[in-house]
Amino acid sequence: MKVDMIGISKSFGKNHVLRDVDFHLKDAEVHALMGENGAGKSTLMNIMTGLLSANDGDILVDGQQVHFNGPKEAEEAGISFIHQEMNNFGEMSVLENLFLNKEIKNKFGLVDDYTMRQQANRIFKTLHINYDLDRPIGELSIGSQQMIEISKAMMTDAKVIIMDEPTAALTSSEIRSLFEIVRHLKKQGVSFIYISHRIEEIMQIADRITVMRDGHTVDESFISDTSVEQIVTKMVGRDIGDFFPTRQVHVGKTVLSVSNLNRKNTFHDISFSVREGEILGFSGLMGSGRTEIMRAIFGVDAKTSGDVSIDGKIVQIKEPSQAIKQGIGFVTENRKDEGLILDFSVAENIILPSLNDLVKHHILDEKTKVDFVDLLIQRLTVKTDGQNISVGSLSGGNQQKTVLAKWIGAGSKILILDEPTRGVDVGAKREIYNLMNELTDRGVAIIMVSSDLPEVLAMSDRIAVMYEGTLMAIVDSDDKLTEADIMTLATGGKKL
Amino acid sequence: MTRAKVEQKSSESVNQKKFFSQLAGLGPVLALVVLVIITTMMNSSFLDVNNLLNLLRQVSINGLIAFGMTFVILTGGIDLSVGAMLALTSALTAMMITSGVPTLLAMLIGILIGGVLGGINGLIITKGGAAPFIASLATMTIFRGATYVFTDGNPITGKVMNDSFAFQFIGRGYFFGIPVPVIIMIVAFIILYILLHKMTFGRKTYALGGNEKAAFVSGIKVKMTKTWIYVISGIMSSAAGMVLISRLSSAQPDAGTGFEMDAIAAVVLGGTSLAGGRGRIFGTFIGALIIGTLNNGMNLIGISSFYQQIVKGIVIIIAVLLDRRKSA
Repeated sequence: MKVDMIGISKSFGKNHVLRDVDFHLKDAEVHALMGENGAGKSTLMNIMTGLLSANDGDILVDGQQVHFNGPKEAEEAGISFIHQEMNNFGEMSVLENLFLNKEIKNKFGLVDDYTMRQQANRIFKTLHINYDLDRPIGELSIGSQQMIEISKAMMTDAKVIIMDEPTAALTSSEIRSLFEIVRHLKKQGVSFIYISHRIEEIMQIADRITVMRDGHTVDESFISDTSVEQIVTKMVGRDIGDFFPTRQVHVGKTVLSVSNLNRKNTFHDISFSVREGEILGFSGLMGSGRTEIMRAIFGVDAKTSGDVSIDGKIVQIKEPSQAIKQGIGFVTENRKDEGLILDFSVAENIILPSLNDLVKHHILDEKTKVDFVDLLIQRLTVKTDGQNISVGSLSGGNQQKTVLAKWIGAGSKILILDEPTRGVDVGAKREIYNLMNELTDRGVAIIMVSSDLPEVLAMSDRIAVMYEGTLMAIVDSDDKLTEADIMTLATGGKKL
Repeated sequence: MTRAKVEQKSSESVNQKKFFSQLAGLGPVLALVVLVIITTMMNSSFLDVNNLLNLLRQVSINGLIAFGMTFVILTGGIDLSVGAMLALTSALTAMMITSGVPTLLAMLIGILIGGVLGGINGLIITKGGAAPFIASLATMTIFRGATYVFTDGNPITGKVMNDSFAFQFIGRGYFFGIPVPVIIMIVAFIILYILLHKMTFGRKTYALGGNEKAAFVSGIKVKMTKTWIYVISGIMSSAAGMVLISRLSSAQPDAGTGFEMDAIAAVVLGGTSLAGGRGRIFGTFIGALIIGTLNNGMNLIGISSFYQQIVKGIVIIIAVLLDRRKSA
């Protein structure tokens, strides 16, 4: 099936996310869609599948103009979207998940278990996979769940399958079997749109590539006609060297050290330390335990054993309030879920970790509060129409700056940043990098967890690499270190 | 759709949103004013000072409970056990008084017991992880059952209670011409208003209801704050119980039955969202006055108490629909 998107534009309020974007998907091809976070890839795909409607532009399927009023209609037309966060119901069985809301019924209107099993097994056979249909889907690995998502798409007779970061949480053997299935289905005429940040994978699997930047399509070409360097340059719009600010490092004494930290089934014997003025990068695949370590240090999740020391003294941190007292701040990876109260104003969000500092004689001092918030809004250049605007109405970059403002306001001496630039546009990204440099210049220690390899390489002074719950190595980040080196460690020492 | 059309539409919806949120802010007050006008038109004696003072006194018990309930609902929780806590603490206080404990001391202990009962709710919810609805539904029947066990199902009364000055003063007394229960309600309102809107505790309460996970990561002691909020609800319920036994000079084992409904209704009528995070205690005050005016007005006009329940229910439905409109 051919899909052509022509002249697509989309804006949210004043924020133009897509400007006159063209995208052409051919029959039976794997088409990579690349671009930085915030480049507009997801928005474009959401428009294709009818989740969002474009302000302008046309969508043609096999030359016929279409308009989908939602993912269901797109699915009926043969376009399936496998989202990065799969919408599975972990407690329900594989079979129940496969047929959710599409249950086959017999003539009495009852669910026809037998026919559904037959159909499921038939699909599994064509994909050369096999899973126990009665197992709760939550017990399967992420990779297996992804295969089941693909089965789901095949059940709706999909001719186009969109995959958003399908390999982010997969082991290398799972990636191999995913690629086998993709190639197998391609032979049968299925087209794939493959959204990913992993260029090496794209070079392996894709036939063509479309690169997006700041809401435009900047390139559409055959993979065989392009190179990794060309793609990266097009994505960033300039050489990477210019994109990241240069860091001048003045490292002081050790402020935080972690020794033999464990959490059952999550990470094991983690030891590292971070010094004043230093940025320690944490790299690794999703699910390798990076985020979980940070959550344990900050007291969001419990640890099984191990010690955390601040300024050389072991401290007990059982919940975030204690971590904050020790001068730690934590920008979580999911700002909508844990970073912000979206319905609340910018001010109400910023003051949360600092409430006790804004009190005079037990009463919250309104003037101190307003000045405090104003100062932080200015310092972080949060673009908002005022401190009483609800934070949910701001752009991703400004939301992220609001989260940072919370912790800078709280006077954090150790800042843990988990995916600090995820879902942030390029301009705000640069501002966040500059801010990180400014903070380390003043002696703040930063731990940065990131899946964005160029970011990790450019911003970190040292890089800790995780693989399946183990800290593989902590390496100095110098000019000789490459993405491939990190990737090798992050995949357990084996190259992809 | 052309771009111009889209922009026009979105600015319309922004205006609409603004309009509804302003309306919602004024809504409870507006509703009260309309209600007062209608009632006065149907029976002009409604506006007599004596009737108004009487109305306020009738409102005071529900008002006290509803103020506490406001905190609970702001966190997205609910406390169904308020009526049962009222009954249990009233009964225990009355028993203490009839067995010789000085009235004021007995009342103070009664209120403390209320705090402990609320704390039990809080711990079941925070430490145990039970849903507030189920936890307080269970403790509601436990507290009510305990009341029957302690009282053997009989009212507790006695000469001591009738003669006690404290009872006379709280139940029937006036202070500068205002009934004492009304003064108690106003003092409680002021204290809780400051707690909610001027102190960090209030910001934490709102944050819990807005996004509990984000509040936790921001260093708010979620469990402790929540437990204290249920303690407040217990204290306010038992304080209402003290007013009630002073007025009746006796403690009834079935006192407070259904009070949770009036308290929740007052909070919701006052514009507080049941989902938490949004609302004001002033709204609850107005909400309680609306319910009081409905009761008082319908009595004056001579509407049967059977119909009164139906009318109250309809008013609550309208309020909830307006709340949905606002959050949509």
